[in-house]
Amino acid sequence: MRRYVIKRLAQAVGVLWAAYTVSFLVLDFLPGDPVTAMAGAGMDSGQVDPAQLAALRHEYGFDKPVLVQYAEYLGRAVRGDFGDAVSSGRPVTSVIGDALPQTLQLTGAALLLAVVLGGGLAMVATYTSRRWLRQLLLSLPPLGVSVPTFWVGLLLVETFSFRLHWFPAFGNDGLRGLVLPALTLAVPTGAQVAQVLAKSLLTALDQAYVETARAKGAGRRRVHLRHALRNASLPALTVVGLLVGQLIAGSVVVETVFSRDGLGRVTAAAVTAQDIPLVQGVVVFGALIFVATNLIVDLVYPLLDPRIVVASDRRASFA
Amino acid sequence: MSDAHENGEDVTTPLLEIRGLSVSYRTRAGAVPAVRGVDLDVWPGQVTAVVGESGSGKSTTAHAVTRLLAANGTIDAGTVRFGRHDLATLSEAELRTVRGARIGLVPQDPTVSLNPVKRIGEQVAEVLRIHGLATRRSAAAEAVEVLNRAGLPDAAVRSRQYPHELSGGMRQRVLIAVAIAAGPELIIADEPTSALDVTVQRVILDHLQHLAEESGTAILLVTHDLGVAADRARRLVVMSQGRVVEAGETRTVLADPRHEYTRRLLAAAPSLTTARPRTPVPATPSTLASPAKPAKPASPAAPAKPAAPADATPLVEARNLVKEFRLPRAGGESRTLRAVDDVSLTLHRGRTLALVGESGSGKSTTARLVLRLTDATSGQVRFDGADVTTAKGARARALRRRAQLVYQNPYASLDPRFSIGDVITEPLRAFRVGDRASRLARARELLDRVALSATTLERRPAELSGGQRQRVAIARALALSPDLVVCDEPVSALDVSVQAQVLDLLAELQADTGVAYLFISHDLAVVRQIAHQVAVMRAGRVVETGPPEDLFTEPRHEYTRELLAAIPGGRAPSFTAETTAS
Repeated sequence: MRRYVIKRLAQAVGVLWAAYTVSFLVLDFLPGDPVTAMAGAGMDSGQVDPAQLAALRHEYGFDKPVLVQYAEYLGRAVRGDFGDAVSSGRPVTSVIGDALPQTLQLTGAALLLAVVLGGGLAMVATYTSRRWLRQLLLSLPPLGVSVPTFWVGLLLVETFSFRLHWFPAFGNDGLRGLVLPALTLAVPTGAQVAQVLAKSLLTALDQAYVETARAKGAGRRRVHLRHALRNASLPALTVVGLLVGQLIAGSVVVETVFSRDGLGRVTAAAVTAQDIPLVQGVVVFGALIFVATNLIVDLVYPLLDPRIVVASDRRASFA
Repeated sequence: MSDAHENGEDVTTPLLEIRGLSVSYRTRAGAVPAVRGVDLDVWPGQVTAVVGESGSGKSTTAHAVTRLLAANGTIDAGTVRFGRHDLATLSEAELRTVRGARIGLVPQDPTVSLNPVKRIGEQVAEVLRIHGLATRRSAAAEAVEVLNRAGLPDAAVRSRQYPHELSGGMRQRVLIAVAIAAGPELIIADEPTSALDVTVQRVILDHLQHLAEESGTAILLVTHDLGVAADRARRLVVMSQGRVVEAGETRTVLADPRHEYTRRLLAAAPSLTTARPRTPVPATPSTLASPAKPAKPASPAAPAKPAAPADATPLVEARNLVKEFRLPRAGGESRTLRAVDDVSLTLHRGRTLALVGESGSGKSTTARLVLRLTDATSGQVRFDGADVTTAKGARARALRRRAQLVYQNPYASLDPRFSIGDVITEPLRAFRVGDRASRLARARELLDRVALSATTLERRPAELSGGQRQRVAIARALALSPDLVVCDEPVSALDVSVQAQVLDLLAELQADTGVAYLFISHDLAVVRQIAHQVAVMRAGRVVETGPPEDLFTEPRHEYTRELLAAIPGGRAPSFTAETTAS
């Protein structure tokens, strides 16, 4: 078990490094540099003093060879210093730190809604003996996955803000302001949870051990909750781990649609401004959350399925 | 019909009385009848066996008793009287008080019939909890007690373990414990041991029977194995195509089978007809040392066994093969498992060498070593005189061309999206043999060889029966005209009558093409029909080798004797004598 955790942590470090490096390379290949963008934003028109630009570039280290820049940035990043954001001049870590709580609220609420609504839908759809209800419920997830997030957002705003005036259309005001964006984000996520859980529940209900349980005299509910659900929860859990990454990405769109402050909007702004240090910070931070979530998910597996630790050990010993 | 029993005493009243039972399954093509008007009685305290091939409706009948049918199965007509109730019309809630409490079920495959994420003890205790026979507190201790009765060693320790930590035999004992926990009047055992090794099978069935006798529980035993039924059942019900074709006392039915189908089933059952040799074979001294010795004339009913030239280089020669696997670390020590331990064997062209043993004996690993599908830890493999022990790349590929494989399960070994033509020509395409037209011609010729019509070319595997699929797999293996075909349990997934046909086909192809077979099987009865030479394996070692006639008449090793004794059907001597005489 300890070996397993250590191995997974080493993998996590590798993923973070890869995320950093790839984002660095991509940003380097983009035309122009942040100094030009920054200087251009400051002036209305006309020529910028080339000497001034060169001084700025020197200050941020953009005049050095790419490899040297990469090594310097990486060296500092390892110590937790991602430098200062070019656009605002504030440390990248504090920009992210300020935006984070809003986004965590949003994605956390969305994840909760997705698991509760998606999981509930899957449970009801597979439990009911009414064929029409099952068919109806099972047709919802594909619909939820296929409609675009921003369209769902606009629809919700149109209905619940402008017509019914139940919830505010934008802004960060407390719980009421959280409902619509979280719901928007939860629709595609919950749909995927529902799809995977329903499918694996149906598979589990088809297994021989379910017949054994029925032969014991177990009722529908017992078979569903005590036998099928735990066996079916593993694939759903895997999906939840992957969806966390999707939620972070989705927050970019949702925070823009609902004009909420948060990491998503910081990211959108940073990319537009080619704010390399900030973008890098966001990318590495996103990767960190994703890796951490999936590590937790992997550590939960053995608690749900006793066969799993054995399997991972075996793989390790044959490698 | 049931009127005859109504006024009788308790002993003459069946415990379970099925009348006119019809069950069908809904499919895309409409309702498919699986059971048509079946009458069946089970008397208290007796073992009644339902025998038939796959698709005969025997399993469906057994499951219909407690209405544990697949979701698309429905009971169309008939009554299932059990005690005072008609189970066919009972409400689901009332039925639940019968299931587990008054009728226990021992399912077919113990490896998938226990919930993998729950402890053994919990799963046994669940029956007691559902029927209110134990409190939350007492259930655990009582579960251990029931596991003990079911013959699970170290029941207290085992009850804390998960199913994957137990062997197949132990898991079947757990399922027996589940079935007997509530003290039922009837146990329905659906092929309870067909997934287990033959020696384990015997022990489990003995124990189940013993438990039933002790408590006066009746057993409805569903099996495809006439030998098992003959050993255990007082009464026999033979089913074919959803109908009961014959029923009565086991002895009577077997001694004087009246229905054509029963006779065919008897003739095809390898375990019954070959548990004792048909013709006494004179003992031959020390044939073991010279495997190239020409074969003795086979018994008349056995397939022709062509002789091999005595002086030829052996096709396959394995010397001191060892294969070790590393096991998961336990307590910091890394352990290894010797799956194959110092195995030597010789196989000549046109001959059949059978590797016999139970699961885990190393017979499949040995075959994989010979085929170079896995690397040997030590030892040497010579193929047609050349050392191929470490053959890589082009040389290994050349070996692939000359050595082919037929797998156990014809339902899984054919790509469902390929047409049969694609399946058979795939090896030809892989080795770029011929053009499209000549490959198709070859496929047609091969189909003809395995006695399938040329129209089969266009069909998909799903449209064929198990026996037909295995013929296709054999045609595919022969496509490149290999020198060696490894048959890994090629008939164990097939019905007995189909088994005989496939074995005949293999023997015929050998006579025509001179191909050598390395034949892996757990079934001594099957081996007897096809092999020239047999190697009995146990725990990675070859414990005995010799021609099958010798092994059957004069087994030298203790383990071979044990295997022979475990063949079902040996306990009904009078009946065996009858059928072998006819």
